Amino acid sequence: MTHRPDRTLDVRALARVEGEGAMHVRVRAGAVEQVRLEIYEPPRFFEAFLRGRRYTEPPDITARICGICPVAYQMSACAAIEDACGVQVDGAVADLRRLLYCGEWIESHVLHIYLLHAPDFLGYPSAIDMAKDHRDVVERGLALKKVGNEIMEVVGGRAIHPINVRIGGFYRAPSRQQMTALAAKLRVALDQALDTARWVAGFEFPDFHHDHEMLALSEPGRYAIERGSVVTTGGLAFPVTAFEEHVIEEHIEHSTALHAHLAGRGRYLTGPAARYTLNRAWLSPLARQVADDIGLGERCDNPYRSILVRAVEVVYAVEEALRLIDEYEPPAVPYVDVQPRAATGYGATEAPRGTLFHRYALDADGLITSARIVPPTSQNQASIEEDLRRFVADRLHLSDHQLTHDCEQAIRNYDPCISCATHFLDLTVDRS
Amino acid sequence: MDAPTLAVWKFASCDGCQLTLLDCEDELLALAGRVRVAHFLEASREVLPGPYDVSLVEGSITTAEDAERIRRVREDSRTLVTIGACATSGGVQALRNFADVEEFRSVVYAHPEYISTLATSTPISAHVDVDFELRGCPVDRRQLLEVITALLVGRKPNIPAHSVCFECKQRGNVCVVVAHGAACLGPVTHAGCGALCPAHNRGCYGCFGPMDTPNPQAQAGLLRATGMSDDDIQRAARTFNVSAPTFIELSRVATRGKAS
Repeated sequence: MTHRPDRTLDVRALARVEGEGAMHVRVRAGAVEQVRLEIYEPPRFFEAFLRGRRYTEPPDITARICGICPVAYQMSACAAIEDACGVQVDGAVADLRRLLYCGEWIESHVLHIYLLHAPDFLGYPSAIDMAKDHRDVVERGLALKKVGNEIMEVVGGRAIHPINVRIGGFYRAPSRQQMTALAAKLRVALDQALDTARWVAGFEFPDFHHDHEMLALSEPGRYAIERGSVVTTGGLAFPVTAFEEHVIEEHIEHSTALHAHLAGRGRYLTGPAARYTLNRAWLSPLARQVADDIGLGERCDNPYRSILVRAVEVVYAVEEALRLIDEYEPPAVPYVDVQPRAATGYGATEAPRGTLFHRYALDADGLITSARIVPPTSQNQASIEEDLRRFVADRLHLSDHQLTHDCEQAIRNYDPCISCATHFLDLTVDRS
Repeated sequence: MDAPTLAVWKFASCDGCQLTLLDCEDELLALAGRVRVAHFLEASREVLPGPYDVSLVEGSITTAEDAERIRRVREDSRTLVTIGACATSGGVQALRNFADVEEFRSVVYAHPEYISTLATSTPISAHVDVDFELRGCPVDRRQLLEVITALLVGRKPNIPAHSVCFECKQRGNVCVVVAHGAACLGPVTHAGCGALCPAHNRGCYGCFGPMDTPNPQAQAGLLRATGMSDDDIQRAARTFNVSAPTFIELSRVATRGKAS
């Protein structure tokens, strides 16, 4: 059964990923002929209907691309439009943005660690089943996730699709009292984050390494979240304005997605492992100490160990949120006035799943004439498929059932956010 | 007696409404003790066969395949509840209903011929009978828990259908229209969020869709009085509930304003 030379594996609906995806593996004559991560999330045409909208609208509209990382869309949209309008946002307002983003990192990473990824390592179909044996652990995860959501509510006004974000800053600045209450919860959360890191460090990680070039934003002096310029492990460095010169999205016939690659170089990977590998030096001393204690080392090229990086980033985000709250003085005006002009603007920020690029062209009246959005999952697609190809080749002796299960886990290592696929394709899949 | 089975289904959407269920951090495990989660792909790889006692449906119908799939979900569900603006009114992706989808396709994709999509994004109720519609982009966590609780004990969910204006009064918000001249869709928008936007010094942007007895004509007049152009009013009407009849009417009023 398991040694037959020709076999086809189909996972029609991937579980515990955000959005809708499927996997297709074809084996011929004992060799892996094709591996496809199918994205059948229907197209929603955001880039098309953004045309003709006012320059003030993308934070509200693009948030709806992803319910798990709406802040990433809001922050990249703000960055791009403010760039077009020649405005830079600094000081307390910029700090509030970073704080809001820390909330999203905590909420999204803890969701992935506890509810989506850990059940794979411990052999449960879901966190709800896991809670039957490990209730304390799941409760700790839910409590930690809740603190991330509370940051989103205090700063953003709502945990999913925050309403308080506007071009130039915020509609209303949180009060000192709200922040003090939040800080008390974050101090408890810091212990939970440290316990989380120790917990995931005890998991067993298959020995698997990739050699993908890794890409992330970087900002000297601190761990890049809401701004920075692009760097890669291959030594490439360029400003966000040059993103489209370096990142090429190719539409390959018979492929289900636009595959991004670096011009003249090939596939690459963005996300927590890339950030850690490129920006480890800028983590806080505590977060770096945690990384050392749980054995992460200088770089992370084993996708299974990305759960460790997420745990370290949660420690960092909780600590950073505490620092930002500690220094917080409500700004007199919570936004910078932004007047439109005919120009093109570029923005990129580090979504929980990796670098998220936006570009908008505006006319003199402030109407959008074109929009482009490059989400992390489309950038990672080629690398994920390459990993799956190698992964399957080494495991052809496994039963279909086991191999399917293992491949699903391999995909979940990347926390793919398929709803974010602003321009993944919807192809009819030949399952014959 | 066996615990009732709960299924969660996704169509074209951002995942935010089903995430709201996972965001019930204090209640999730208690809820999981009262129901059998039989189909919830975002949370579990275990899938139990139907029929299901309660199905929560997120997302709108934008492909021929999904139009078929929702029929099967309906057949397998004793009670079917839509959660959120996409499932209830077609969502922001229904902006295509007012545009040329072929042109949209060619703007986003290099090879548009590989994209299979319908020309419209339609709510679940355009395809099958729906037992209850919960509004919001995203749905409100407390309202979602109220709906599930009500269904579990067999009563009608207590979800008021009045406007956001009521919630402003309940919350003690200063009216942003009267005090600041803000453009606010609160008068025609369904309550449920707790008047979040006015509490943050901005006008409501209508993400919960229309309330039960809206007056789009009067709403258009209010928006004009704040200095909005007819184009601005049309854009305000055309967001996350663009295909809801009230918002179509608001958009029409603005179009007539432009013509005159």
